Amino acid sequence: MIADWPLLSLVTFLPLVGAALILLTRGDADVVARNARYVALWTSLVTFAVSLLVWGNFDNREAGFQMVEQVDWIASGQIGYKVGVDGISVFFVLLSTLLTPICILSAWDAIKVRVKEYMIAFLVLETLMVGMFCALDILVFYIFFEAVLIPMFLIIGIWGGPRRVYAAFKFFLYTLAGSVLMLVAILTMYFQAGTTDIPTLMQIGLFGADLQTWLWLAFFASFAVKVPMWPVHTWLPDAHVEAPTAGSVILAGVLLKMGGYGFLRFSIPMFPLASAEFAPLVFALSVVAIIYTSLVALAQSDMKKMIAYSSVAHMGFVTIGAFTLTEQGIQGSIFQMLSHGVVSGALFLCVGVIYDRIHSREISDYGGLVSRMPRYALFFMLFMMASVGLPGTSGFVGEFLILMAAFEVSTWLAVLATTGVVLGATYMLWLYRRVIFGVLEKDNLKAILDLSPREIAIFAPLIVLVLWMGIYPAPFLDAMAASVEQLIANYQTALADAGVTVAER
Amino acid sequence: MMTTTLPVMMPAMAEIFLAAAGMALLMYGVFTQRDGQSEGTAWGTIVAMLVAAGLVIIYGGPVAGEPAFYGQFATGHFTQFAKVLILVGAAVAVWMSVRYMRAESSNRFEFPVLVLFATIGMLVMVSANDLIALYMGIELQSLSLYVIASIRRDSLRATEAGLKYFVLGAVSSGMLLYACSLIYGFSGTTQFAGLATVLTGEATPLGLIVGLVFLISGLAFKISAVPFHMWTPDVYEGAPTPVTALFAVAPKIAAVCLILRTMMGPFGGLIADWQQVITLISIASMVLGAIAAIQQTNLKRLMAYSSIGHMGFALVGVAAGNQAGAQAVLIYMAIYLFMNVGTFAVILSMRKEGRYVENIADLAGLNKSHPLMALAMLIFMFSMAGIPPLAGFFSKWYVFFAAIEAGLFGLAVIGVLASVVGAFYYIRIIKVMYFDEAEAPLDSKISREMRIIMGFTAVVSLLFFILPAPVVDQAAAAAQTLFTN
Repeated sequence: MIADWPLLSLVTFLPLVGAALILLTRGDADVVARNARYVALWTSLVTFAVSLLVWGNFDNREAGFQMVEQVDWIASGQIGYKVGVDGISVFFVLLSTLLTPICILSAWDAIKVRVKEYMIAFLVLETLMVGMFCALDILVFYIFFEAVLIPMFLIIGIWGGPRRVYAAFKFFLYTLAGSVLMLVAILTMYFQAGTTDIPTLMQIGLFGADLQTWLWLAFFASFAVKVPMWPVHTWLPDAHVEAPTAGSVILAGVLLKMGGYGFLRFSIPMFPLASAEFAPLVFALSVVAIIYTSLVALAQSDMKKMIAYSSVAHMGFVTIGAFTLTEQGIQGSIFQMLSHGVVSGALFLCVGVIYDRIHSREISDYGGLVSRMPRYALFFMLFMMASVGLPGTSGFVGEFLILMAAFEVSTWLAVLATTGVVLGATYMLWLYRRVIFGVLEKDNLKAILDLSPREIAIFAPLIVLVLWMGIYPAPFLDAMAASVEQLIANYQTALADAGVTVAER
Repeated sequence: MMTTTLPVMMPAMAEIFLAAAGMALLMYGVFTQRDGQSEGTAWGTIVAMLVAAGLVIIYGGPVAGEPAFYGQFATGHFTQFAKVLILVGAAVAVWMSVRYMRAESSNRFEFPVLVLFATIGMLVMVSANDLIALYMGIELQSLSLYVIASIRRDSLRATEAGLKYFVLGAVSSGMLLYACSLIYGFSGTTQFAGLATVLTGEATPLGLIVGLVFLISGLAFKISAVPFHMWTPDVYEGAPTPVTALFAVAPKIAAVCLILRTMMGPFGGLIADWQQVITLISIASMVLGAIAAIQQTNLKRLMAYSSIGHMGFALVGVAAGNQAGAQAVLIYMAIYLFMNVGTFAVILSMRKEGRYVENIADLAGLNKSHPLMALAMLIFMFSMAGIPPLAGFFSKWYVFFAAIEAGLFGLAVIGVLASVVGAFYYIRIIKVMYFDEAEAPLDSKISREMRIIMGFTAVVSLLFFILPAPVVDQAAAAAQTLFTN
């Protein structure tokens, strides 16, 4: 039976098999490059297919972890290899496996040097991303979480733009600095609880209120950099601008979600008292992020930088949703992360399409593309609208749920967050107007070609997904519901046990 | 009628064998000496060391009753673990030196023999169960190493390195001797077992504390911990590269294990006194090692600061003062051995038009010219920076866990932050290898032994996480012996 297979380990480590195959290819440079591309594509497609089986086997009614696998590893009964998914993590696994083949396809022609290494880096990255979302042991989680830095550092540094070295270093050191504090917190938790098993650590009342405060702050240092939250977001625009297109897609699509996922998986269930205490801080930082980075995005002349700043603003919604600590808010926050993963990935691909042709990311170098590239204009518009949060697209559902939850917590929070929606519409529509509409007067744009079949194949699944998630989000929300409900119930119990009255907040 | 009984000697079989082998090889070297032919002694030394490692495993285990040589020479799982590491490190250093010494036409047969004697000193240090045995071990090691540092006696840099090492080393030995006399004067015994019973931590005389501080200072010099680190960069840079590889590994392991044994054994009762000293030294070493390395352009100097930093991390485990700490230090040193040997194998493979080069800039574009060597170096650098899943991460995981268990949160936080600063210079090397274009590539030919060493150590560093049990369990058993007798 399929249900008995170690599906999650299969999804996690299958890409490594492909990477090993690519590593073994020898011969003429062109042949190696072609083989590497095909092996990488097929491996990632098979991985995606297997990950669909994970969804197929997923039981929406079950709130706990499913498809759990456990193997003894470092210390028997204390630290072990353990994986499993619940309603919070299952879609992130699918998001990772979906975006990887798209990234590989998008780099088909764009990457010409060291193709073999590039494909290996992406497959290794896929293993690490999937492993991180599946991990049910906090040390295993940390290993995957940190190891992501290695391939990403190389992807930005080797195949990036002119300031790639600066961007790669900044990315590496910022994220490392954040996460080593989390390491100290993990060690403290291991010492306190005697195990690194995540379900055990989620038990209510394991950590005292004071300790929770410190642990929460240490985890926050790591996840806030990863999300990224204002004011530690400055690595993101640099990394996005300098990374190759596929690197930006993975960065925006999956890596940023690691922070939001971390809040939901660790901060809220394991340190509920501290989460309640610090929620206003998170709200304040998120609101600043939404308004400030939206304004900064408005002033950008570089397309990638603008989308990067818009990512910070959108992730601000995610953190608000997570820390409203209501069912709607958390569902909205997960949904927003999924939607942002697809939409911002698609927007970076849109930039990549014209960058491949003109080799410029400056907005002022474009204009009037609609007359030469009607299909491109249509696709771009759809993703732009999804980013703005137009009803009927995936962006709407998440933002709506989050704003509703925010309204319950505080009217002002909702009002301030909503200004971000308005600003978001402003800069995205303005970007679209300047790039797509207007008169086509630049000479080098007059011969620009519309999307090739390969590019359409890249965008097609994303378009389907954006519309599906926007028009009929129930399959996604239903799968999350049970786990989120349990998360909130445990949170309320923990607060009640500690004598904090929730209603007063 | 007087009867003299021979002391129990079997546990010291490895040391006795090595001493005999050293003298035999010295004879062999003297009588077969011809210009530029020292390979016979080198291979003999390597074989002797490996045989000694076998003898350590067979005879060097725990003994019932009094330790060997009337209690002077302790053996057990702990000494076995440390000695095997030391012997492997020294043997590999000699192996790596063979081709280098021939190419630089400085292959004197004395070199491997001196390494052998230094190694005996290290083994005695690890086993020392008495202040006198401790001092003798350290001196045998140090005197041999002073000569080794300046083995290229016609090179200005090497003689300068040797002289600096000697002068500063002599000062530290003096401090150590003074420490021993103070401790003897105030406690009335030089035996570790006796010290352990006298020193309970209650009403400790001030002179004894002074002696303890001197002892720590002298030992800190040997592991080049801040503030006794000044000699390290100069000696690392000035000495021939295989010698630097030796300095970076075997003596460090020996001295760290010695600190561990003395602090947790005879001075275990004074933990409240030495913990703060070790903590301070540890913080200073981690921070200085991380910051000072940023400026370096020479790989060997960089490795010097890197090793200062690593010693700081190892001392975190000592500062913890618990069994988890002892285990962590042993794991740290085992992993440190692999990462360092591998890195030096890479440095020793860096040649341009037949000449050895050692600047970071010479690594530019290595990824294009030597993809596998670049990959190995990438693994070593990320491992040293402590990025999971590489081995270096686990060594840090264990030491910081010990620190948390001992309640040293401040030390742990400073330590992890220092490791972020340190990560900067490790990834700078990766940047040079992978992001920069080469002006003149390195010679394409890499000798076979370097390929074997690089490949093996890289695989160990990369895949340690799959099966950490052998090292971790052995280290646990070794650490336990420190706390049971």
